[in-house]
Amino acid sequence: MLKLEARPQPSKAMSIASPLVALAITVLIGIGLFVLLGKDPLKGLQMFFVEPVKSGYALAELSVKAVPLVLIALGLAVCFRSNLWNIGAEGQFVLGALAGGWVAMQADEHTGRWIVAAILVAGVLGGMLWGAIVALLRDRFNANEILVSLMLVYVADMLLNWLVYGPWKDPHGYNFPQSVTFAAATRIPRLIDGWRLNIGALIALAAVAGCWLFLFRTYRGFQLQVGGLAPAAARYAGFSSRTALWTALLMSGGMAGLAGALEAAGPLGQLTPYVPAGYGFAAIIVAFVGRLHPVGIVFSAVLMSMFYIGGELAQSRLGLPKSITGVFQGLLLFALLACDTLIHYRLRWAAAQPRPAVKEA
Amino acid sequence: MTAAPLRLELQGITKQYPAVKANDGVSLRVKPGEIHAVLGENGAGKSTLMKIIYGAVRPDAGEIRWNGQPVVVKSPHEARALGISMVFQHFSLFDTLTAAENVWLGLDKSQPLPQVTERIRQVAADYGLEVDPLRPVHTLSVGERQRVEIVRALLGRPQLLILDEPTSVLTPQAVDRLFVTLRQLSAQGCSILYISHKLDEIRALCHHCTVLRGGRVTGEVDPTQETNASLSRLMIGAEPPQLQHREARLGDVVLKLEGLSIPKRDPFATTLDGVSLEVRAGEIVGIAGVSGNGQQELMAALSGEDGRSPPGSIRLFGHDIARRGPAARRRLGLHFVPEERLGRGAVPTLSLQANTLLTRTENVSRSGWLKTADVKRLAEDLIARFNVKAGGPDAAAKSLSGGNLQKFIVGREIDAKPKLLIVSQPTWGVDVGAAAQIRGELLKLRDAGCALLVVSEELDELFEISDRLVVMAQGRLSPSIPAREATVEQIGEWMSGLWEVQHAEA
Repeated sequence: MLKLEARPQPSKAMSIASPLVALAITVLIGIGLFVLLGKDPLKGLQMFFVEPVKSGYALAELSVKAVPLVLIALGLAVCFRSNLWNIGAEGQFVLGALAGGWVAMQADEHTGRWIVAAILVAGVLGGMLWGAIVALLRDRFNANEILVSLMLVYVADMLLNWLVYGPWKDPHGYNFPQSVTFAAATRIPRLIDGWRLNIGALIALAAVAGCWLFLFRTYRGFQLQVGGLAPAAARYAGFSSRTALWTALLMSGGMAGLAGALEAAGPLGQLTPYVPAGYGFAAIIVAFVGRLHPVGIVFSAVLMSMFYIGGELAQSRLGLPKSITGVFQGLLLFALLACDTLIHYRLRWAAAQPRPAVKEA
Repeated sequence: MTAAPLRLELQGITKQYPAVKANDGVSLRVKPGEIHAVLGENGAGKSTLMKIIYGAVRPDAGEIRWNGQPVVVKSPHEARALGISMVFQHFSLFDTLTAAENVWLGLDKSQPLPQVTERIRQVAADYGLEVDPLRPVHTLSVGERQRVEIVRALLGRPQLLILDEPTSVLTPQAVDRLFVTLRQLSAQGCSILYISHKLDEIRALCHHCTVLRGGRVTGEVDPTQETNASLSRLMIGAEPPQLQHREARLGDVVLKLEGLSIPKRDPFATTLDGVSLEVRAGEIVGIAGVSGNGQQELMAALSGEDGRSPPGSIRLFGHDIARRGPAARRRLGLHFVPEERLGRGAVPTLSLQANTLLTRTENVSRSGWLKTADVKRLAEDLIARFNVKAGGPDAAAKSLSGGNLQKFIVGREIDAKPKLLIVSQPTWGVDVGAAAQIRGELLKLRDAGCALLVVSEELDELFEISDRLVVMAQGRLSPSIPAREATVEQIGEWMSGLWEVQHAEA
């Protein structure tokens, strides 16, 4: 009989292997799923795991999805490690897009390229503003940050809709709910002509390094995490829980806002009701699959982007419903949670029952 | 003589854990109505053995006979059905529920809560255990929680009661009362397994004693015929080291408390009521008292975790620190070792080296960067200097035994060269060897001219290391008395808040 047995210490190897095993399980179940749907499983897997990475162009497209996920998930990792449950990154993302978009709309054909920096800064500030509301309500009134941050997502959506249906609607846009197309100067600089890969990728990589340094090499980052792991120990040490609250929420809000501005002035080029694409929520999965670790988040964001692109390809080429993306994301998360058991436990073959009175070695 | 069958008989019980063999062919025989001590250091396998009897852990091999019949105890539920009750060292109570609700949870639900509450009051009265069934558990002190656990165990009218280190949280009078309760139970035919490493208690209370060391039985003796030294030899293979106590060389006043009053935070906490005290360099002042009389509140006020102290009520070297936070106080030389090691004194899941950063900031650069190599070296030094048994500086705090983690935390604060060290329960749940080492380190620090304030619920310990004693009762602090002139009886009476009468007479 297989038996779960507590390990004396959590296994380091297993905490790295667990996402890989989870991925393997996801792939296996995916194959079963394709067979059941009457599709060639090899072709199905190809859509998800080969097509999105088979060429430079495909990789560039992958990065378009992965960059916002990485940025948002990094901020969330800081939050979650501080035991603050900001699940409203989607709203902070929208606010970043709105703030960045507003700056972009001020530009005309004479504006210099410096406007890009202003757009990104505005995006960060917009996201921070949305995070600050959560922090303020929690700090001042002890409001639950999970509810507040989630509700603010819908407020942000309403705000976006009001703007693009009202004051910011393009007068020459045939009454479509969308803003003017931003001036060329506002376009986030691309790294390679013809590909949508832009400097957002470099910013994301720098953010990964910055986040790693913050979490593991600064006293402030240490204090935040102690507050999350053991609040009584943080009080004993004299680490301020208010500082932690504000730092974490402003950081994660700012990161989501930055992603929003990159998205608005990058692939979108204008504001539409379709700015919120679910990155803020998907990033929660990305953060956890990446073990709340900056480097892990890069891998999990890439994986998640492969699911997005694979899902679209499966829809257009194999005629599978697009919701297959969600199925894959869900499978991965479930498999991961199951595999994580093995970090703290190990499997052992054991006799069904200890037989009393029989001495054994 | 056709004696009744043994209440409990264990034969060759063996339990292998991944890292250690916790029990290795252990045998144990308990007669009806016998108070049977199981003596051993932390890690000797006592707790595992008790969990096996109680059905919480399955043995790999061995036989259990209950009233002469071989049994397999598969779960605590079955154990209770047989008539085995256990009071664990670590209490299993839900903080947010009341005492009565906690007890009720473990019973079958046929009885309404008011009836259970009434039975608790009755059992508590019968056995002299003060328990208010309607108080939420989070407001109870450790000692009070234990009484809830004992009452819970007694409600099932057990034939065998297992007590795991029951006296570590009790006053001498409360220990005496507990012993009266236990003798009463024993006279009624209930057998008692009494797990402890306190030799005096075992000799005073128990009829028979089984000694464990390293998972094996190293002796079966009649404790009344033994000396502390002979029991100690069986338990640790050596006699405990003796402490050297030098004459105190008093220095300046380091800590001065004056009219420290803080209202309670919740209805069942204790209000601090005009606490005044002086601690001088080079002395150890011990605070005795029954748990739940304001010690926790006083410690939080002194450490700075509770920042509500009235201005001027706490002075360190004459500086008013009443409104300073813990980190600011630490910079002035005030270090504190809290009662809870895991979760307060150390972050359980973080490594030992990361845990040094809670109170030690010398390895943080001005701009806030961590000097990781120095952090690691500090942890290594502490492990070596204080003889901490750990997997190294990367070992998680929770992977250490209680005694070793306590050595690490006390060491971390001692090594910071404090001018005032405040220690709460320095050796709670720590084995004899480690406890002696910690006390020795505290004395060394005192001789080096540090001021120390020690709160302990173990009176022996306070008498052993303190120069002066004060007693805390109902949020007030007694006058101090030189430890050499104090008697256990007097301190015990003061614990009930009766010092004013005596002091007026004196």
